[in-house]
Amino acid sequence: MSQTQALWWASESFWRKTAIWVTAGSFVVLIFLTFDTVKQITAGTKRVPAYANALNHRIDYVFDEKRNFQVPVIGPEEPLFGKKLTEAEAEALVSHGKLTTQAKNCMGCHTLLGNGSYYAPDLTKAWLDPSWGSKEAREQSMVDFLMNPQLAAHNALGRKMPNLKITESEARATVAFLKWMSSIDTNGFPTNFKPIDQADAPAPAAPVAEPVAPAAEAGVGISPAPAQQ
Amino acid sequence: MAAIGISTATMNGGQKLAMKYFTVAIALFGAQVLFGMLAGLQYLYPDFLFGILDFSVNRMLHINAMVVWLLFGFIGSVYWMLEDESGVPVVGIGLGNLIFWIFTLAVVVVVLVYLLVQIGPGEQSSIWLINEGREYIEAPRWADIGIVVCVLAFFYNVTATFAKGKFTNIGGVLVMDLVALAGIYLAGMYYTPNISMDQHWWWWVIHLWVEATWEVLVGCLMAYGLIKTMGVRRKIVETWLYIEVALMFGSGILGLGHHYFWIGTPEYWFTIGGFFSALEPIPLVAMVVHAVFDAGHHKLKSTNNPALAWIIAQAFGNFFGAGVWGFMHTLPQINLYTHGTQWTASHGHLAFFGAYATMVIAFLYIALQKWRGDVYMSGNLNGAWKWKWAIFLLHAGMITMVMALLISGYEQSQIERAIEGSTWMGYFAGQSHRWFMQGMFWRQIGGWVFTAGFVLLAWDLLTIGKRETRPALQVQGE
Repeated sequence: MSQTQALWWASESFWRKTAIWVTAGSFVVLIFLTFDTVKQITAGTKRVPAYANALNHRIDYVFDEKRNFQVPVIGPEEPLFGKKLTEAEAEALVSHGKLTTQAKNCMGCHTLLGNGSYYAPDLTKAWLDPSWGSKEAREQSMVDFLMNPQLAAHNALGRKMPNLKITESEARATVAFLKWMSSIDTNGFPTNFKPIDQADAPAPAAPVAEPVAPAAEAGVGISPAPAQQ
Repeated sequence: MAAIGISTATMNGGQKLAMKYFTVAIALFGAQVLFGMLAGLQYLYPDFLFGILDFSVNRMLHINAMVVWLLFGFIGSVYWMLEDESGVPVVGIGLGNLIFWIFTLAVVVVVLVYLLVQIGPGEQSSIWLINEGREYIEAPRWADIGIVVCVLAFFYNVTATFAKGKFTNIGGVLVMDLVALAGIYLAGMYYTPNISMDQHWWWWVIHLWVEATWEVLVGCLMAYGLIKTMGVRRKIVETWLYIEVALMFGSGILGLGHHYFWIGTPEYWFTIGGFFSALEPIPLVAMVVHAVFDAGHHKLKSTNNPALAWIIAQAFGNFFGAGVWGFMHTLPQINLYTHGTQWTASHGHLAFFGAYATMVIAFLYIALQKWRGDVYMSGNLNGAWKWKWAIFLLHAGMITMVMALLISGYEQSQIERAIEGSTWMGYFAGQSHRWFMQGMFWRQIGGWVFTAGFVLLAWDLLTIGKRETRPALQVQGE
């Protein structure tokens, strides 16, 4: 045993110093990265669009050849519920929706950005899900569903969403939150997703507020879901 | 020394307080099992308790009971060893007792609100008073503040006691770890409409607790446990502890990056998160080597066989649950298909049980031995079948659950993600598939076995050493 003590690499003091330096070093690196990350995920940036920008425009999810996965694309003007919002109004609406998702504990069954529980579908791209049928019916279908979800059985096993006493204004705010969430650049998650068909009669290309992948405009990537239920 | 019954005469103040924390911990462990079983049954019978105790409520109670019983177990364990380690009585034992009652009362109120109120309107008042709706830290904001106050009082007691007595290496690591543990909790206590920002900070709490500070905390507990049960030489144990801290924080702090692949955070986290989380199993291997080598070196001769068995179970459970099961889906190439599926549930079950529940149970046995009056708890213990069957059933049940969830997770990755393309139809195609449901069925079977193990464990904890007349075996420190 006395031999062990003589070895510097097996000594307590060596490992104490190592533990302190490694911990401090890792923490400093984390702090630097955190500053950069927080900057990049603040609303109104390339990765996390401004609330109004997302709510007032069409959101799509298109394959980007350069990055080799699907990315959200902000398209022509398509205001939510037909009403164009200022940034302050949009933020207030999204915030009301986010508070609703927290107060109703949506994460107790669903995942948001893939985090939460696995008893119900992921909501990251709920706004773009082909289950809503058509683009025109989507907004109202979502509101109706949120207010009375217990009326429908959603899978072959009879698993249902309970009535969470969501009011109409909460439902509309939740839809706004979901639309905005679908515009976040999640590095290609979920993968291989087939969004709802949002193409309409020849649309005049509206100016795009955010820098977007050129591939999106060229229509490269996955084709819109052919199947609607 | 009372031969039959209970003897607190040899217990110090911190240890008496620890017994209170342990009592609540084991009751909450029972609640965790109960609500887990209810939630599991709802996968099989979706109408079961529908509209009364929905899955979201059961699941919230299942995971919150777990967080709180482990915290109570940790606080109890630290109070248990505090006077032994520092050599002086706990500085603020009155404060410690007061805080215990406040903490327990707060937990009862939070649980009652979860059960009876469940949800609120989409306003700030709901997240302040009812629930915050953020996985694991659903506790409403008032309770968050209460938790911080309780943890600060606990931290004061631990630090001041070590400062007054002597700072062992275990004590030093513990105090530094508690600073981080308490500080990190603050990152979860704010509201933002930005879900990316929300989850970014939320992971600071969840990851830096579970994959860093809690791991170091159980490292300290294991170090003390090995000294106590086998008389392992302090210098060896403490050197190992520092190695583990270096490896744990060296991999775990930046390993945080593996939660930053898909929540809006930048792409550089692919590299950082993938690399450092791949290193995360290394300290867990070190802990296995540490515990198993010591146990072998001492020829499994211990003062407390059930505690030693749970310490060994911890070493392996931590390695497989946190290490192997975590690494299995931590690289972004795989995680793209497994993120948000039953893979995570499989990993979560084995990791929390293997790394944390096991260590708290080991401390319960160490505590009960003294509570019974330092009775014999080594080989040929009367009624040893109970603890042996309990540890067997709990592990058999857990492994069944974990494997079943993993198979369901495979199926989800394949059908929902890879084939169907992650839409809601894809999700339901996966969920209603036979292979998925078979997994859910076997998970429930595993749950029943686990429940039986829990009942036996509770019975054993209440009775072990009761009729034992032999004094505790003394092990020689080397």
